[in-house]
Amino acid sequence: MDTPVNKKKLSLKEKYSYLTRDLAWEPSYQKKEDLFPYATYEGIKVHDWSKWEDPFRLTMDAYWKYQAEKERKFYAIIDAFAQNNGHLKLTDARYLSALKIFLQAISPGEYAAHKGFARTGREFPGVGPQVACQMQAIDEIRHAQTQIHAMSNYNKFYNGFHGFADQRDRIWYTSVPRSFFDDAMASGPFEFMIAIGFSFEYVLTNLLFVPFMSGAAYNGDMSTVTFGFSAQSDEARHMTLGLECIKFMLEQDPDNVPIVQKWIDKWFWRGFRVLGLVSTMMDYMLPKRVMSWREAWDIYGEENGNALFNDLARYGIRPPKGWGDAAEAVDHMSHQFMLALYQWNFGTAFHSWIPSDNDMDWLSKKYPNTFDKYYRPRWEHIKKLEANGTPFKNYGLAKNCQTCQLPCVFTEPGDPTTLCHRETEYKGEHYHFCSDHCRDIFQEEPEKYVQAWLPMPQLFQEPINGDLEAWMKWVSLVDGEDNGDYQGSHDQTSFEKWREMATSN
Amino acid sequence: MTVVSRKEYIGVPRDRVENFNGKQLIYVSWDQHLLFAASFLLCLPPETCFRDMVEQNLVALIEADPDAALVEWDKVVWLKGNEAWKPDWEASLADNGINHKAHLRFQTPGLNTVCG
Repeated sequence: MDTPVNKKKLSLKEKYSYLTRDLAWEPSYQKKEDLFPYATYEGIKVHDWSKWEDPFRLTMDAYWKYQAEKERKFYAIIDAFAQNNGHLKLTDARYLSALKIFLQAISPGEYAAHKGFARTGREFPGVGPQVACQMQAIDEIRHAQTQIHAMSNYNKFYNGFHGFADQRDRIWYTSVPRSFFDDAMASGPFEFMIAIGFSFEYVLTNLLFVPFMSGAAYNGDMSTVTFGFSAQSDEARHMTLGLECIKFMLEQDPDNVPIVQKWIDKWFWRGFRVLGLVSTMMDYMLPKRVMSWREAWDIYGEENGNALFNDLARYGIRPPKGWGDAAEAVDHMSHQFMLALYQWNFGTAFHSWIPSDNDMDWLSKKYPNTFDKYYRPRWEHIKKLEANGTPFKNYGLAKNCQTCQLPCVFTEPGDPTTLCHRETEYKGEHYHFCSDHCRDIFQEEPEKYVQAWLPMPQLFQEPINGDLEAWMKWVSLVDGEDNGDYQGSHDQTSFEKWREMATSN
Repeated sequence: MTVVSRKEYIGVPRDRVENFNGKQLIYVSWDQHLLFAASFLLCLPPETCFRDMVEQNLVALIEADPDAALVEWDKVVWLKGNEAWKPDWEASLADNGINHKAHLRFQTPGLNTVCG
């Protein structure tokens, strides 16, 4: 039976009004503060929530329609990829290490962002941000799902993909994004929006997604390219929401400016540390490389960031405090971090390898002031140890930073030959940091960060008590399959064998 | 303010010494020797003799560096908590004032084969 249609269709403006602004009401028998108890304790003053502008004016009915269409296309391509043995069309199976890191470290972050936005949407008193956060919460869970589905095909053939859900909470290198999102979710709704909506989505996301998706395209990974495209139109909306939120806070009250500035300083630096993982993918893990981490930083960090902070200067906002140190670190971080991943690769659920001569020449070209001077000699020595039959493993484990939770692998600003050691004492306990900025973040809120779950010290506590084998089991790492050098791994031998079967008789 | 919260909030540190079954954590690093990506983490009883910590733990960890065999331990310059400091080689960690999560650095001027 057809539903009788009596009225003409609503105009977009009417629809927007009915489906967003009109959903709000003034409480009559409860106090507003009781309904929204988290709206004020961070110190952000809002005088008029109706001043919140929705740049996209998207309503839920249109949202479902767009997203459903994208899902249909996405799953059609993923099916075709699986049926056509898409996994054999990669440039090389070394590429899979980048994907494994993405699945273990980034996809669970999408899920965490989903939870965060669902909560933030409930905590904001204004209906504009409530609806926008609700849509972003659904986007984020969709991103987590599409990423997991896209990569599940690789899990049928290769090691290292199976344990990502356990590894998110337990393995050492994923502590970095996990603690980033835990920190954001343990903050109030306004700080959450600066952390995820602004610093991550607006300032840093291009550095993650654009080079990563181009990397996938360059290396024949159509399934990742597809989830990239499917997420991209959402990202544009997320970036706009982040920017709108920061401008709203800054315009509502001048007292908000110093609070927002402090959050920008903090969350830029935390995000920059998370991106350390991406720098290694770009400079070391893609068999066919797109651009160096330095080049990506110049385009997506430096240029876009400077334009943004010039724009925000009229509110009294300056670039993040760590901006200068970050720009200097860009020439070092991928090398410092990759050397770390390699020497601890008995404890990684992906493979790493000593860069070939060809790779090293590429790196010296891209990093003319740093690679040959500081990093090539270390790789050459590691190569020599390997050739002598005593491959380099560092069983010393590492000092973690109390704030970003990375091993403290970074060097002093202005001196790439000295590790940066920062420490402080709080209530009689020592705390260690990788940088001035991570120490400053701790000192702002020590009661929060003393609780950090640091993966290396954890290894010597219950339930592991220093037993490496028990640790591997606990983090779902299969020794001899998921970890170690790429040379001689199952991934390498399987890929080469299957590819030969597919391309010869 | 020690944490932004709606009411008083006291955090519980995860890495208190009680959680390490009678042992403690010590961090040790070798300045200018960045073949090792970060400071080493050792977990030892506080009564461990300083000499034993170096000879039984540290020496094996730094073996991969070509300078390792050339280290003259009696000439090594030590720092504790980034300050100049002299260990008593025959005393325990506790008697040396090396408490839980203390950070020791050592320097070997003149030795610098891999990292310039």
